[in-house]
Amino acid sequence: MTSQIDQAFQFQQTALQLREARQSLIASNIANADTPNYLARDVDFASAMQGALGKNSTQLSMATSAAQHLSGAAEDSVLGSPVLYRTVLQPSADGNTVNMDEERAQFAENTVRYEASLKFVGQQVKDVLSALQSF
Amino acid sequence: MSLFSIFNIAGSAMTAQSERLNVVASNLANADSTTSADGQPYRAKQVVFSAVPLEGQSGTAVRVNAVVNDPTPMKTVYDPSNPLANKDGYVTMPNVNVIEEMVNMISASRSYQNNVDVMNTSNAMLLKTLTIGQ
Repeated sequence: MTSQIDQAFQFQQTALQLREARQSLIASNIANADTPNYLARDVDFASAMQGALGKNSTQLSMATSAAQHLSGAAEDSVLGSPVLYRTVLQPSADGNTVNMDEERAQFAENTVRYEASLKFVGQQVKDVLSALQSF
Repeated sequence: MSLFSIFNIAGSAMTAQSERLNVVASNLANADSTTSADGQPYRAKQVVFSAVPLEGQSGTAVRVNAVVNDPTPMKTVYDPSNPLANKDGYVTMPNVNVIEEMVNMISASRSYQNNVDVMNTSNAMLLKTLTIGQ
């Protein structure tokens, strides 16, 4: 029974973790809006979510037979999915690729979706509680 | 919890932007200072931002790496009545570009506001997270 409850929460829990990590990435982009040569970063949420739920792993591990071999994994990753770089729409003279309009929009969107996941998980808790108290 | 790291990220950006505003204020205040502690005219200062990856977390903070002297040449003004004028009557003035500094000020203030917004939003998110199951 415990594992079933755990499974019921698994999806929203993963979604919340990813949203949280993404929020921190977008916050970094906004914080570094004036840093020369800073490259804006983000994760591909859909593939990261699928990878985290184990449906299809976005990352192939390389066979390492010696200590000096590279792991083949991306240096920065969120729940096993690599952190990507944003495509530049309007290049700036100082090499910074943060587009503030887009970052603010993505930040707001991510906030709303995080809160939606929170609502879902809250309702799931209520569902489980009402099932437990039904007798 | 990476939501907590947002406080560090946005906080570091607010510190950096306020330091930039500080430098702008100093430049504007000394736009006409023809002498300073070393006897030379005031030189405009500029901040250098650099990105700092957070340890063990995804996210990049920002910090002021250095405050450098503006390398642009000093301005000279013809004013023979000034006691600091050279034999040809020219006075060396600070290399502060007032227009540039005003633009810098607006940019710093807007970036600061952006980071305050980020912090408020993340704060609200954290508080909502605490109400799961209630």
